[in-house]
Amino acid sequence: MNKSFYRENAKKAIADDKLQAAIDLIQDRLGKGILNLWKEKPEMDELRNRVKAAKNKNLKNLDILLAQLADSVEARGGHVFFAETAEEARLYTIELAKRRHVKLVVKGKSMLSAEIKIDQALVDAGIEHWETDLGEYLVQLDEDIPSHIIAPAVHMNREHIGDLLAKRIGMPLSYDPPTLTLAARKALRRKFLKADMGITGCNIAIAETGQVSLVSNEGNIRMAGTMPPIHVALMGMERIVANMQEHKDMLQLLTLGAAMQKISTYVSFNGGPVAEGCPDGPQEFHLIIIDNGRSKILADETFSEILNCIRCGACLNVCPVYGKIGGHSYNRATCSGPIGAVIEPLLNGINAQADLCKGETLCGACLKACPVKNDIPRMLLALREKLAYGDEKWAVEQQNPLEELAFRGVGAAMVSPGLWHTGEKVVRAIMKKKPHQNNMVTAMSGPGRAWTEDRDLPPIAEKSFARLWKEKLENRPLPAEKKEGSSAKDEGEEK
Amino acid sequence: MVKRKVSLFIQCLVDSMFPHVGEAMVTVFDRLGIPLDYPSGQTCCGQPSFNAGYQREARKAALHFIELFEDCEDIVCPSGSCVSMVRNHYPELFKDSPKMQERARAVGKRCYEFSEYLVDQLGVSDSGATFKRKVTYHDSCHLYRSLGIDRQPRVLLNNVKGLEFVEMKDSTQCCGFGGTFSVNYPEISTALVDEKIKNILASGADVVCGCDMSCLMNIKGRLSRLGETVEVAHLAEILAGSEK
Repeated sequence: MNKSFYRENAKKAIADDKLQAAIDLIQDRLGKGILNLWKEKPEMDELRNRVKAAKNKNLKNLDILLAQLADSVEARGGHVFFAETAEEARLYTIELAKRRHVKLVVKGKSMLSAEIKIDQALVDAGIEHWETDLGEYLVQLDEDIPSHIIAPAVHMNREHIGDLLAKRIGMPLSYDPPTLTLAARKALRRKFLKADMGITGCNIAIAETGQVSLVSNEGNIRMAGTMPPIHVALMGMERIVANMQEHKDMLQLLTLGAAMQKISTYVSFNGGPVAEGCPDGPQEFHLIIIDNGRSKILADETFSEILNCIRCGACLNVCPVYGKIGGHSYNRATCSGPIGAVIEPLLNGINAQADLCKGETLCGACLKACPVKNDIPRMLLALREKLAYGDEKWAVEQQNPLEELAFRGVGAAMVSPGLWHTGEKVVRAIMKKKPHQNNMVTAMSGPGRAWTEDRDLPPIAEKSFARLWKEKLENRPLPAEKKEGSSAKDEGEEK
Repeated sequence: MVKRKVSLFIQCLVDSMFPHVGEAMVTVFDRLGIPLDYPSGQTCCGQPSFNAGYQREARKAALHFIELFEDCEDIVCPSGSCVSMVRNHYPELFKDSPKMQERARAVGKRCYEFSEYLVDQLGVSDSGATFKRKVTYHDSCHLYRSLGIDRQPRVLLNNVKGLEFVEMKDSTQCCGFGGTFSVNYPEISTALVDEKIKNILASGADVVCGCDMSCLMNIKGRLSRLGETVEVAHLAEILAGSEK
């Protein structure tokens, strides 16, 4: 088998006890929390369905809503730029920064900023930039990438953070979380005061009012969007609602899904520069509405559902695979976990991200946790189908023609019982020759080899059920008819 | 009341590797006086192909299944994931053909998982079994999440004479099998089954019970490799138990 970055990283992550403990913590608290919430409060279902319906409706009317949003933002004195590609978004931002002689940028946490690789563009332009979300700041100091959508530094423990801050910001070595947080806060405040531009994402844009709302628990995003003279908000084109009522519903699901909060500590509504009667805020507000492959997803009804994602990260917190391999194993993609496994192949190439499509068990926990009920397993299956046969529309090359041949062979047997049972005999004969212990096969070759690396395999039985049925069960003596109800108690006794 | 006839849908894994689970089902149904048949020509529901992306192959297997079973009264299978395949995914496979989709739906509606059929259709909570062991239960993914079945196996287990039931931690967490996933990503699969086994051992049970032999094969295979003595048993095996 080809060397797989996914598998290699997974191995490292599984062997990393610190990482395992950290993910356990977040999955135990947030993952179980959200599953229990949906279970214990079935009335929440109505809200979830309402948001999903609104999202679907908005995706259908996206052109109209985006035009309305642009008009509303401009009416507030803001600027709007539609970027078809990541490159266009980067160019717009960098040119603006150069025009305004920006030397220091502070960033509010934004997955989209990572998707469009704005950091490297800023570095290339000689512009200093600092993440201001604590987790993102730590990740930046560590010259790493986030490993979770909402908890970017989940892979670091306090010892790691203490050592890092001592080394990078010159504070006295400490492993005390409040001490560490205060030191980071102090360092970040200096950046805020000096910054010439703030770059944030956009959790939800409201077409009716021309605002983008930004959610945080540290208050850093509010400062990034108001303290520097220029605020640039990066928005994925699907992150839009029609009005404040829809916003309220979606916000509720976002903060519940993200952190089991009824509402986050800060919810900021940014919608333009300072104005009369509205003295707080930047001098300039720019909203960059980014496509970067989203139109293509929108145009495919198999995958358009993924654009309903509110990026809360709940699917990561319940995914058993994420729970073992952590966020860095997903080919170091922007999004990891179940959402990453669908969105990254669609945005960055299905062949290149084949391991993301195939590296899940299809257990369905993500679907249960998702506040908007995105059917991620269904979409993973659709991605796998494209890899299985190749696909013109998504420019997918068939991943493994030999595998298809094998499945065709097995498929032929599935519709031919004679062939099927002959196959069974062949496998039985092969397995008989393999080493056994306690009636289990301990070493297989071929496709079974990966199985017996770590596990034993039960042998094929001497007689299949089909044969047992024919030989003895079909004409078995039936036990004397029991009286009705003698063995079946009422269901009322259940626990 | 005339009892409806049950047609056994014995999935490939039970047919070839664990036929005793099928036999155990026969024992349980006989005890309850349920008439049985076993349509011959059964192979595989197509789920392995379907999960690996080979939907054309899965569609052919589905057609074979539908033709074999569509005249049956009730279809009962000792596997949640195979029933989920038939009930939930067959109709999707034929979404381009309304006529076939209708046939798929009709078969899917009459296709039941074993514990579901006993509890929800037959109203049985005590199968009349005796099994004097400490047992814990693993909720397999498709059974629990796609079919919503978690109460039924527990009802049945709790009514087995002599059986001491204990819950394990995170019983609904995936065991890491995932079909071809287990051989394509064995290191992840093993990490998952190890966590499952940790929870099984911590429960103190002698036997881990489930309703899907695929998960149980995975758990059993790892237990065996680790030299652990905890046994695995399909629910049908426990319900067939009659030791005094």
